[in-house]
Amino acid sequence: MAHEHKLEIFRGLLKFKSNTQKIWGVLIFLSIVTAVEVGLGIAKPAFLTSNYLIGMKLLNWIFIILTLVKAYYIAWDFMHLRDEKSSLRRAVVWTPIFLICYLIFILLFEADYIYNVFKDGFMAWDF
Amino acid sequence: MDATVTTDTEGSVWGGGNRPLGASYGKMMMWFFIVSDALTFSGFLVSYGFSRFKFIETWPIADEVFTHVPFFHGNYPMIYVAFMTFILIMSSVTMVLAVDAGHRMMQKKVILYMFLTIIGGAIFVGSQAWEWATFIKGDYGALETKGGRILQFVNAETGERAGLADFAKTLPEERVKHTESVGVWFQGEGYQTSFSLKEVVEGFKSTPNILIRTETINEEGEKTVLNRQESLEKLAQATQVVEGANLIHNEYGSRLFADFFFFITGFHGFHVFSGVVINIIIFFNIILGTYERRGHYEMVEKVGLYWHFVDLVWVFVFTFFYLV
Repeated sequence: MAHEHKLEIFRGLLKFKSNTQKIWGVLIFLSIVTAVEVGLGIAKPAFLTSNYLIGMKLLNWIFIILTLVKAYYIAWDFMHLRDEKSSLRRAVVWTPIFLICYLIFILLFEADYIYNVFKDGFMAWDF
Repeated sequence: MDATVTTDTEGSVWGGGNRPLGASYGKMMMWFFIVSDALTFSGFLVSYGFSRFKFIETWPIADEVFTHVPFFHGNYPMIYVAFMTFILIMSSVTMVLAVDAGHRMMQKKVILYMFLTIIGGAIFVGSQAWEWATFIKGDYGALETKGGRILQFVNAETGERAGLADFAKTLPEERVKHTESVGVWFQGEGYQTSFSLKEVVEGFKSTPNILIRTETINEEGEKTVLNRQESLEKLAQATQVVEGANLIHNEYGSRLFADFFFFITGFHGFHVFSGVVINIIIFFNIILGTYERRGHYEMVEKVGLYWHFVDLVWVFVFTFFYLV
């Protein structure tokens, strides 16, 4: 079996000499991202927690985006989706993404609606 | 002989032996499983989001819940979870290295890297168990009101959380124990909290520098602390003492938080555990030379996919349970 690895990450910005080297490179990158997340989580800079974007704190947006970045590199380099055919990659990635986005959309909207009913309704629930 | 139909299907699309999407059967099925399992986990995480958005003003703050590190006293929010994340990513790395060594048919290296992966998984499962034990045991203790709300305590001078033991009085109370010889229908009394409700209430009344902290989150993103007068009024609504967390009572706040914590991290921990078991089976197969004789190490690649998936899920659990 021929195993060819694509050895570039960051869209070709960083090119590794061997697959092993690429693995360590990705590890370093993931560790840095995790360290940044934990650092931000402990420090909680005021301008990130007091500013909102589409109903959510900027800090939480940063966490979610960094998580997706980590997920991308785990899937692409550890699960070697990068080396698979693009048809497999698309089937594996876009199907769940579509379904999950749909689920997030309906459930969070519903939850927000229930929150408002609890808050503005005439029935007391918190006694 | 001439009647024999020769079907020249070798190498054609319908002749069999084809590999759709360039992946072998086993790998394809692993991807099927991973996609469906990903949907299961996202169902859990999204329902967590649902409950959280529903009770957005009273949801517990994770930084204040998970503050412990084994062998160290004090307040270290998230440090230990970050360590667990790092362990899992690290064991993912050794797994990729094992797959890579498998491609190059280096049995010795595959053995070493698989071994390290198993160790990493075991450390993670152990840490998870410790997290659970700490969470169940509880921290400061709290009171629960009639409506199921949690009242925690704060020292008015330092602004720090106060444990029940800091102010509760020891009263000469007598409990009549139910015994099997008396009861027609006997049930063991189960766990008793270290202080009775009366002891906590009396202790609170006689200690003026203790205030009550409610579940409500204020505009600064912190839990609301009542003043002394409001605290005393709120205290009258308390119905029981809560220490630690289980599926019914949770001293950290909303009981749904504890339910989801047990459910999601438990389900993930079960995945890690089964991953470790599968890794051990493959590990012994490697030592026995099964894949050397088979001529390829694709089995390592397949368990590798599962192992990375577990890591991937943890990245999301980490974000949505501990960070956001």
